[in-house]
Amino acid sequence: MNLHERTIGRDSLQNDNLVEIEDVTFGYGDRLVLKGINLRAKKGQVIAIMGSSGCGKTTLLRLIGGQIKPGQGEVRVAGESLGRLNQRGLYRLRRKMGMLFQFGALFTDMSVFDNVAYQLREHTDLPEDAIRDLVLMKLHAVGLRGAAQMMPSELSGGMARRVALARAIALEPALVMFDEPFAGLDPISLGVTGNLIRRLTDTLGLTSLVVTHDVQESLKIVDYVYFVSEGVIVAEGTADDMRASDLPYVHQFVHGEADGPVPFHYPAPPYADDLGLGGRRA
Amino acid sequence: MLKQAIENLGNRTLEGVWRIGYATRFFVLILLHSGTAFRRFGLTIREIYFSGVLSLIIILVSGLFVGMVLGLQGYETLQTFGSEEALGILVALSLVRELGPVVAALLFASRAGSAITAEIGLMKATEQLSAMEMMAVDPIARVVAPRFWAGVISMPLLAALFSAMGIFGGYLVGVQLIGVDEGSFWSQMRSAVDFEQDILNGVIKSVVFGIAITAIALYEGYDAPPTAEGVSGATTRTVVASSLAVLALDFVLTAFMFRGLN
Repeated sequence: MNLHERTIGRDSLQNDNLVEIEDVTFGYGDRLVLKGINLRAKKGQVIAIMGSSGCGKTTLLRLIGGQIKPGQGEVRVAGESLGRLNQRGLYRLRRKMGMLFQFGALFTDMSVFDNVAYQLREHTDLPEDAIRDLVLMKLHAVGLRGAAQMMPSELSGGMARRVALARAIALEPALVMFDEPFAGLDPISLGVTGNLIRRLTDTLGLTSLVVTHDVQESLKIVDYVYFVSEGVIVAEGTADDMRASDLPYVHQFVHGEADGPVPFHYPAPPYADDLGLGGRRA
Repeated sequence: MLKQAIENLGNRTLEGVWRIGYATRFFVLILLHSGTAFRRFGLTIREIYFSGVLSLIIILVSGLFVGMVLGLQGYETLQTFGSEEALGILVALSLVRELGPVVAALLFASRAGSAITAEIGLMKATEQLSAMEMMAVDPIARVVAPRFWAGVISMPLLAALFSAMGIFGGYLVGVQLIGVDEGSFWSQMRSAVDFEQDILNGVIKSVVFGIAITAIALYEGYDAPPTAEGVSGATTRTVVASSLAVLALDFVLTAFMFRGLN
């Protein structure tokens, strides 16, 4: 199953798409990271963007968040083209977005409560009583109401990730982006985080974009998957499509094989040459 | 060989020009986004506590000892000419015109400047600034501008306290320890120190130093590579660059302020 097969009939669904990426190319200096990417995230779905480290997954999230601009192509969120927005417009649009960073990015000088209350205090005129109730509701949703007065330094990695999730949904955004939400978590936290993403997406009517390379955990919760390799989308489809795929890259990734289209070895000169054995005779 | 040297020179020049341009743009952005620092003055007051109040110990203790040394050294020199009653003038003018603003600024750069750079650099490295941007909160307005104005407000107050403690140190040594006449010490100081020429110019100096130190500290933190080594290097650069800036600016300001005095 490839990209082009899946794009048939996509236009009819265009209004249902919260995020649309059209033919986007992006590079750092001369090095191209993304090469002609097309991607759509349908409202109310959990979409996974998978691929090996350094393939451009996080760059995609930064493009969708408007933190960087594409060299070519267009990124649209909620029908608005990010390239045409000034800073004020971009900030207005970001109020409809939430982002969970890989390590939480909690404000270390604030308590868990104040971290979650941060956006409510910055962007609303709600009285402190109402903010308190909302914050406790969000923390309850991620199971950490009892940790409201703790400082980020007192939290485990999994707890910090859940607090960051509560903060990301504080303003009940339309889109939440998750950057490696499963990285470095123990099996229990992994399952809890995956279930939270699915449950919050369904109950709050969010659209979730999950950048991850944790295949097994994410395939349990996602509606649609994009596989990125070397800056291009090499495969896409539902979780079942991906499990059944016989594309070498997808097969290697889903089954965690050490070698395949993604080589085990980073490109290097011949091993014998590096060891100085190239000219040696027996 | 020559081509390589020219290329290197060109690269360094371009990089230097780029950094100056980036720093200037950053400074202009701080000024443009300063509204938040005044509308929500609580943010600035919080930073005044971290930059100013927490610098008080080092400023007050240093001021006291500098004043005491001035008292000792000044007395040694003045008694040679039989004018030890002028000790108050020597201590006060040295502190109010030069040592107060300059030494307080150097201490402020080491204590508060390095802390500002490390804090902003670590916020960047741990993606807190990115998180803020993604929450539609401008980090320049919310984080940088309040710290800038806190530094600008704190610096002259710290310099004034440094000078006051220095004068007290000079009094302790000169009057209480050595026995210079107390009436002469205070009355000569009061008649010789001019509010506009001495005190106001000292305040202007410390405001300029406050602007320079805080702007350098914030820029270095904001521009720091998001690694442990990057933040460490930025902190060092803040202390070195702001100390040199203080000394250079002091010379320029002194040349303009005091060239007509007898």
